[in-house]
Amino acid sequence: MPVAWTRKDLLGLEDLSKEEIELLLATAESFKEVSTREIKKVPALRGKTVVNLFYEPSTRTRVSFEIAAKRLSADVINIATETSSVRKGETLIDTGKNIEALKVDIIVVRHNYSGAAAMLGRHLKASVINAGDGWHEHPTQALLDIFTLKEKLGRIAGLSVSIVGDIAHSRVARSNIWGLTKLGANVTVCAPKMLIPPAIEQMGVEVTSDIDEALSNADAVNVLRMQFERDEENAFPKQLEYFKNFGITQERLEKAKKDIIVMHPGPLNRGIEISSEIADGANSVILEQVTNGIAVRMAALFLVAQANENISHDNTD
Amino acid sequence: MTILIKDGRVIDPANKIDGIYDILVENDKISEVAKNITTSADDIIDATGKIVMPGIVDMHVHLREPGREDKETVATATKAALRGGVTSVLAMPNTQPAIDCPESAQLLKSIIDKTAKANVFICASITRERLGRELTDIAKLKKIGAVAISDDGSSVDNDELLLEALKKAREQDILVISHCEDKTISAGGVVNLGIISTRLGLRGIPSESEYKRVQRDLQLAKKAKARIHIAHLSCKESVELIAKAKKEGIKVSAEVAPHHFSLSEEAVSAFDTNMKMNPPLRNKQDVEALKAGLEKGIIDVIASDHAPHTENEKEIEFGRAEFGVVGLETELAVSITELVNTGLLVWPDLVRKLCLNPAKILGIDKGTLGVGCAADIIVVSPDKEWIVRKEALVSKSKNSAFLGKKLTGVVEYTICNGSIAYKNPDSGE
Repeated sequence: MPVAWTRKDLLGLEDLSKEEIELLLATAESFKEVSTREIKKVPALRGKTVVNLFYEPSTRTRVSFEIAAKRLSADVINIATETSSVRKGETLIDTGKNIEALKVDIIVVRHNYSGAAAMLGRHLKASVINAGDGWHEHPTQALLDIFTLKEKLGRIAGLSVSIVGDIAHSRVARSNIWGLTKLGANVTVCAPKMLIPPAIEQMGVEVTSDIDEALSNADAVNVLRMQFERDEENAFPKQLEYFKNFGITQERLEKAKKDIIVMHPGPLNRGIEISSEIADGANSVILEQVTNGIAVRMAALFLVAQANENISHDNTD
Repeated sequence: MTILIKDGRVIDPANKIDGIYDILVENDKISEVAKNITTSADDIIDATGKIVMPGIVDMHVHLREPGREDKETVATATKAALRGGVTSVLAMPNTQPAIDCPESAQLLKSIIDKTAKANVFICASITRERLGRELTDIAKLKKIGAVAISDDGSSVDNDELLLEALKKAREQDILVISHCEDKTISAGGVVNLGIISTRLGLRGIPSESEYKRVQRDLQLAKKAKARIHIAHLSCKESVELIAKAKKEGIKVSAEVAPHHFSLSEEAVSAFDTNMKMNPPLRNKQDVEALKAGLEKGIIDVIASDHAPHTENEKEIEFGRAEFGVVGLETELAVSITELVNTGLLVWPDLVRKLCLNPAKILGIDKGTLGVGCAADIIVVSPDKEWIVRKEALVSKSKNSAFLGKKLTGVVEYTICNGSIAYKNPDSGE
């Protein structure tokens, strides 16, 4: 590899160079095969301890990280807000330092405040992997999206990728924008105007509120989960209206490229942002994304652990 | 006790002085400003190559006492002020209790009398508990010593109530200071609405929340024929509105904080909570507009909006951290670095904005070096560089937006009410 991974944390894709992202993807590729073995385990992180510190409910990301860590032979502990002392008003930094004092090597953190993972990373010697912070970033999700896309189409540079959905409140969208644009893809974001954050074109993307335009030239479409407040009175009509105007349907895809790749970070809202026939159809790679998530997270865990070992080694010299 | 300050460049716009002079201080007062004073004195300060100017009058300071002595006290803030060359501060009333009645004003006054190391003037609140519902007794508060009223931290949302306050303030000849923010627009926001809020995934505060209120308050001041002072401008639209209002003859003055004319929203990039304040750091065009506003005289005053917070309140998630930064110890150096050294303002203009204008706006006898005035004088090395270090800050709280930054301009001596209240320990003399 021409570039070495030197970061103890993986906080977001905005900070990473093209080469670092490529290194993550290449490492993931080498780990993908592990999950196909009869004995799905390598000793790469044997003796290391990983804590999943989740301040927001999450099943798929947490399980994916847990499986990834276990396939690298690490020990994994899960901490969710319900069972921890965070409810007693302990600060995030204090919680992090207490976990670190248990001689934990990597903390995977999911938090509802943007910037929480970065703050933890700054205050701890342990490695920190951002598993989603507020509306900010969700780097491993974007990496698995990009990994899947590359696996399918052989490249990222020059591809046209559209991201459809609530861009304003989506950490998946932000991480995808950084990752894809750094690797040379052309990115379009598509959403109702009020869900497009200001000045987003300065992040190097095209912006549209016309779903057919977003799909017309796209090699891939990444469909974001739409979250309408559950108790909101008019949630249902809003969902119907959204599906009508932005839902990914057979009818719409017929006007797009024949082989357009359809991605979704899950969990799916069938009939809101995507129709069932598309979610389950030939263009969909949604379940492959889930599988690839393990390889990508193995790569992330492995690289940060290795870099941190080098850092502490340098410090003791 | 006599002090003789020799051979400095004395800048005193009130008396149209800018040149090499000596100043003699006798019995707490300035007794002579002249060339080559030969009188002997208890202390002789050689100010060769230095600027000698009035002590800064900072009309926007949160002392936190009474109520939040863990953040700052009258004693610690005024000590910090002296290091920053500030000899007079206006204490904002958003304390616990708020300065909204004669009793709490008296309480603050007694704390000041016992512990203040610099001059502290009182700003009372416009409404009881700063809730925007019921006016305070402005006449009584003035009698106790309040020189201005403000609900700083909040706007008075009710138009009619603010109009009434402005009318009463005019009758009492007391200044109304307005914190312009429509919280129905800014609610939940933590940074400027724009590329940074988009990049970081943080809720944004649009400029409208400020300038729509500026617009309203200017109209109300016009209607009441009252004076109004707009606190901490942050965006270009506000500057434009004030320029227009001044042309129209509305009696408005305006202030800007050093962080707003020297930093843009880009500074928030790493989720640094020391870059979180209200109003937020805006974009580069806004910064340019604020600087131009200073240059053209649209903005009259530089004030720190010194807002101390404990580490516990700042070293947390960005969205949860308190708004505000300390500023007493850096406002002069930031102003020199960003305004004088860039050629935007000449020294006498800077002295107007830091000293003379705020004193005039508040109607207090400060901000000049006139013979007979109380001797509030600072001696400044205008070219000396320093780095803002957390450990060196005198303020009880360390939440400075300038930590680690190199600034130009060092306060060597602060003379407050005729005695040397601060001497730079690293003066190298």
